[in-house]
Amino acid sequence: MRRYRERGVAGGVGMAKIVVDVMLKPEIRDPQGEAIAAACHRLGFAGVRSVRQGKRFEVEFDGETDPEAKAAELAEDLLANPVIEEFSIRRG
Amino acid sequence: MARKVGIVTFPGSLDDVDAARAVRLAGGVAVPLWHAERDLRGVDAVILPGGFSYGDYLRCGAIAAHSPVMTALRQAARAGLPLLGICNGFQILCEAHLLPGALTRNHRRRFINREVTIKIENRATPWTAKFTEYEEVTVVLKSGEGAYLADLATIGELESAGRVVARYVGGDQNGSLDAIAGIASEEGNVVGLMPHPEHAMEALTGAGTGGRRFFESIMMTVLAR
Repeated sequence: MRRYRERGVAGGVGMAKIVVDVMLKPEIRDPQGEAIAAACHRLGFAGVRSVRQGKRFEVEFDGETDPEAKAAELAEDLLANPVIEEFSIRRG
Repeated sequence: MARKVGIVTFPGSLDDVDAARAVRLAGGVAVPLWHAERDLRGVDAVILPGGFSYGDYLRCGAIAAHSPVMTALRQAARAGLPLLGICNGFQILCEAHLLPGALTRNHRRRFINREVTIKIENRATPWTAKFTEYEEVTVVLKSGEGAYLADLATIGELESAGRVVARYVGGDQNGSLDAIAGIASEEGNVVGLMPHPEHAMEALTGAGTGGRRFFESIMMTVLAR
């Protein structure tokens, strides 16, 4: 009964928002980041040395006992390509 | 016995029609396969065509790699079914871990659409058996994310085991390591190719006929089975 009540409350045990940040590995060239850096210089942001572009995923879980672990599994399988990308996971 | 080659259509596939036509020009029967179905309809080989499956959402080929047809193809490939991924198909094979490495954005940031000459360095695959040794053919490179990358151990393994199937002649075109244009799986039945042989089938409308041998190869191999 208590468990049931907790699940019903947003932000309780039942629901969790996890943020997954995905970046290209440092050794992988990022042509998009290079294009952005060039645009920064054209705009007069002369101090910009480099730009790396990544992706941020916000994943909401329902009724997961260990949402961080589940998010890591999801990142490994789908959100990131471990050949060229790395990811980090945090509570949103 | 007609030799049946399945051509998978994903939402966003573009070159499935050309691939089917190429199979027919080589004397085979092209069998359409749908991404949402696991039924491979008794085909002897399968081609994953080029295009922008699922709109290239997430990463090129990433969503397609998890589609129902790929579940069936993963099993079939393990059992030896010849599988060729062209361009987006190559990206799908890498995302599905049927081939090692990854295809990333062209280093000079431009979508490349031009004829390229490739050298066939591995004739032991079902898709290249009809080439002569180190034969050079002209096909079409047509991709924005065609730079083949892998860690050095993987590249070393591909090179030493002769798994580099095709290499760009005249050096790197798009940022691919070792100018790699195509690779094969360890067993050789799965091949990924960045340029398009199906666009080089007829002298009148394409980049010559340099692509024909890939399709003639699979006809010969499948017939010999």
